[in-house]
Amino acid sequence: MSTVVLLAVTGLGLGALYFLVASGLSLIYGLMGVLNFAHGSFLTLGAFAGFELTRRLGGDSWPAFVASLVLGAAVGAVAAALTELLLIRRLYERHIEQVLVTVGLSLATVALFEGIWGSDPSYVTAPAWLGETTQLLGARIPNDRFVLIGAAALVLLGIVAFLRFTRFGLIIRAGVENRAMVTALGIDVRRAFTVVFAIGGTAAGLGGVLASHYFGYVSPHLGGSLLIFAFIVTVIGGLGSLAGAAIASVAVGVLQQFANFYWGVGDLVVVLLLAGVLLLRPAGILGKKKVQA
Amino acid sequence: MSAPATRIRRLTGAAWFPFALMVVFAGVAAVLPLLAIDIPGVLPGPSYLPGTLQLLALCLVFSALALSYHLLFGTAGMLSFGHALYFAVGAYGVGILLQRTELPLAAAIATTVALATVVALALGAVSLRVAGISFAMVTLAFAQAGSVLVRRNAWITGGEEGLRLDTDNVPDFLVGVLNTRNVYWLALAVLVLVFLVVIWFERSRAGHVAVATRENETRVRVLGIRPFTIKLMTFVIASALAALSGTIYFVLQSGTTPRATSADLTLSLLVIVVLGGVGARWGAIVGAFAYTLLDQRLTALASSDAVAALPDVLRIPLSEPLFLLGTLFILVVLFLPGGIAGTVRRAATGRRTSRDARERLEEAER
Repeated sequence: MSTVVLLAVTGLGLGALYFLVASGLSLIYGLMGVLNFAHGSFLTLGAFAGFELTRRLGGDSWPAFVASLVLGAAVGAVAAALTELLLIRRLYERHIEQVLVTVGLSLATVALFEGIWGSDPSYVTAPAWLGETTQLLGARIPNDRFVLIGAAALVLLGIVAFLRFTRFGLIIRAGVENRAMVTALGIDVRRAFTVVFAIGGTAAGLGGVLASHYFGYVSPHLGGSLLIFAFIVTVIGGLGSLAGAAIASVAVGVLQQFANFYWGVGDLVVVLLLAGVLLLRPAGILGKKKVQA
Repeated sequence: MSAPATRIRRLTGAAWFPFALMVVFAGVAAVLPLLAIDIPGVLPGPSYLPGTLQLLALCLVFSALALSYHLLFGTAGMLSFGHALYFAVGAYGVGILLQRTELPLAAAIATTVALATVVALALGAVSLRVAGISFAMVTLAFAQAGSVLVRRNAWITGGEEGLRLDTDNVPDFLVGVLNTRNVYWLALAVLVLVFLVVIWFERSRAGHVAVATRENETRVRVLGIRPFTIKLMTFVIASALAALSGTIYFVLQSGTTPRATSADLTLSLLVIVVLGGVGARWGAIVGAFAYTLLDQRLTALASSDAVAALPDVLRIPLSEPLFLLGTLFILVVLFLPGGIAGTVRRAATGRRTSRDARERLEEAER
């Protein structure tokens, strides 16, 4: 029983991590039709920013930890907004080229991170409480899992509130439904593009700092390895659907943990799940019927 | 329309022209090992040395691989992020067969390509349930699963260590440093073969349907043709050709590492095809040469003393070949749509492609 609880909560934590990456991917794709390959780099950059900050301030204090989260999120947001303004915007409506530019950016930035921080893992320090465990239904659960789950839940709530209660949110929701109509009404959707990128970057940067605590280290390939699972999550959840991404993140994270523990084949089970979903529902769990580039 | 431009276009547009170009290219490439051609800065040494031939043969293998990707992405418009999987099936397939069975090299290569065809048929049928960006993500996921399988099953693939070439059943003339030029000629022969298959497919009815599907899938459906079958066919042929390139890569490198299965390789392939020019057969070959040589030269530059002496701001970016290649790639996508091939075409005909296209349209209307 305690093993099951431990696996479930750890799986939820992993799912929370996937969601932090996938939420941005899904929003960006939903509004702009861009598959952002550089999203992993936003995450890695946020993680390294947090790592540098905690290294300077001394990593085991709570203020330093919180500050690293804020800094990671901010760095992710700025990097994402700059990417949109400088690279994506120039290729408006040319989806394949936009994907190619983000591919180039991810190649270049990962190489740059390797040049700056080296390709070996940089180990992070955290407040002692994060490394301890809490008893829950007989299972000893590492505390960082709770922080991850809480952060992902806050991000989900934040994005939903933003989409529902602000003017920009309204424009974004309308833009996902029918961008041509929104433009025809005289609203500049392009500003919403930058905002969506910044939101995605914030979530990814925050996810980066949290991921560095989940795995215990930062490496230049941290983002890339999470990104592939985030892609799977967005396809399973349905491209462009935030709720779908949330459901799929949890499903994939939990399934992966259980499969890893009992058979040691978590990654493959996830790909099989993807194949199964595609065969039964090509548009994903909550995706719209038509899937086109 | 100026007279020279017309003449150039009539020449390059002729049906026999690609074959003639290939004959010239293959002829020049075939005699290189017998000559002492040295291009400082581009080649590491004179062209008859095994080291140089090894690099050139690698260019040839990547050209063949890039041509297979051209068939998928350039001709049929399917953006796959999992093409490395079939290259890896080729490399690991032939390696494992040579190690575990008594098959001679030719039979091992044939078996491997057949195996890759079956894998491509199964995975392609699932991936093609979706199109566009989803297709890219799904192929990426499958390739990633392949990469995980290779890394996990070290008992047969050698895991992180990689797999070495077992030379017992390999003909003697392909083994050893001194025989590098025989492997080089083998790679050249495979490139020519891949080129012929690609051109044959592009000029067949199936190829025309593949191009039509890329341009307007709905219209193809309306005409009563099932795009799925044609797409799957293209996918399988491209994958089989990639596997063939993979087998030669294995023989050339005397082994392989898990890097051959990674998403990085597919991304490099994408860089090659875009750098050369999407949709241009020669673009894929030129791109492969440019990328492989640049990668090698930039790696040499990175470890040179001149770079080590620079301040950090310059040293760090210059010592990362992938950073420079990635940046170059971004610049090409932003400022050189059509890549090298497109630029050459513009320079040769002295006009911009959009005007070119418009004129062709007007001619067609007349």
